[in-house]
Amino acid sequence: MKRKHRRLMFVLFALVGLGAATALVLTALEENIVFFHSPTDVAEKDLPAGRTIRVGGLVVEQSIQKQADGVTVAFQITDMAHTLPIVYTGILPDLFREGQGIVAEGELRADGVFAAREVLAKHDETYMPPEVADALKKSGHWKETDGTGAEQ
Amino acid sequence: MANLHKFANPTLFLRLSRALLPWCVGIAVVTMAVGLYLGLFVAPPDYQQGESVRIMYVHVPAAWMALFVYTLMAVASAVSLIWRHLLADLVAKAAAPLGAGFTLIALATGSLWGKPMWGTWWVWDARLTSVLILFFLYLGHIALTHAFDDPGRGARAAAILALVGFVNVPIIKFSVDWWNTLHQPASVLKLGGPAIHPTMLWPLLLMAVAFTFYFIALLFLRVRGEIAARKLRALQLARAAR
Repeated sequence: MKRKHRRLMFVLFALVGLGAATALVLTALEENIVFFHSPTDVAEKDLPAGRTIRVGGLVVEQSIQKQADGVTVAFQITDMAHTLPIVYTGILPDLFREGQGIVAEGELRADGVFAAREVLAKHDETYMPPEVADALKKSGHWKETDGTGAEQ
Repeated sequence: MANLHKFANPTLFLRLSRALLPWCVGIAVVTMAVGLYLGLFVAPPDYQQGESVRIMYVHVPAAWMALFVYTLMAVASAVSLIWRHLLADLVAKAAAPLGAGFTLIALATGSLWGKPMWGTWWVWDARLTSVLILFFLYLGHIALTHAFDDPGRGARAAAILALVGFVNVPIIKFSVDWWNTLHQPASVLKLGGPAIHPTMLWPLLLMAVAFTFYFIALLFLRVRGEIAARKLRALQLARAAR
């Protein structure tokens, strides 16, 4: 019985130690694990211009402007605190629209505009039939419980 | 503890598993048939994702199983290291390829879902990367189990790997809350109740039951096979010694 107890203690201590070590490493690496930066990060953290980064946020209502060449789009994303202008040349994903969470990869230009090379659409964790979504919009309860992970 | 020891007895396991196996297969077949029919034909399309949302009915249960099977393996490995139960070794060994299969299904269906919705097959965000690591942990466990001539030593090495790798399980579950990811946060197992309409939640839960019983049935079969293989090996060794 004694040896079993020793082994049990050893396994428990090893797991606790390993868990603590992992937590420390993940905390230290947090900057590298986040998939994208919010417009607030861009405004406050002084991210280097000219280096490839990803930014994410909600597409601002009525900010989408198609340029004359037909394939370049300018729009803004927001995290409700700051907004960031983005230009992108290429095909946008189907889910791209006003109010949608998106992630863009590219570079911050010196003039503060983010030049995107790739735009990905996020979707939130809410699933419902279209009729239910319409009914919610009609009754004015739309997006009350929305937790779009893009920007909280 | 005395009661648990009774269930660790391989003879009792053989008797119990034979009695339960047909029930597990039956429940798995019926719930999978009904769940797939409801998910693919009856459940409504999603307001955002349209018909693509139906990949969820396979992707989400497979991902849940990937985590569940690894947790089971870690518990069996702890029992095997601390209390030296042969059956715990066999359960961990038998579960690893099944867990690897569920993880591969989750990764593949997730990729097929990501292309139309996100616009990409794969990104290195925290959720996708940690699940890929889980897949490699499963493969490492399988390789380590078979890397020694003595199955007991292989089982011990694999048990240590399974326990060390267990730190990855909470990382996978909470990756979408701790970091910005492209993958959305949890829809079902979250505070404040599921954010998924009941017409879509029920087929999903049925599929989760189907995957669980499918796994239990396969695990019973594989552990029975492992017990038979151990008996055969003991007989061969005894014969060679004569």
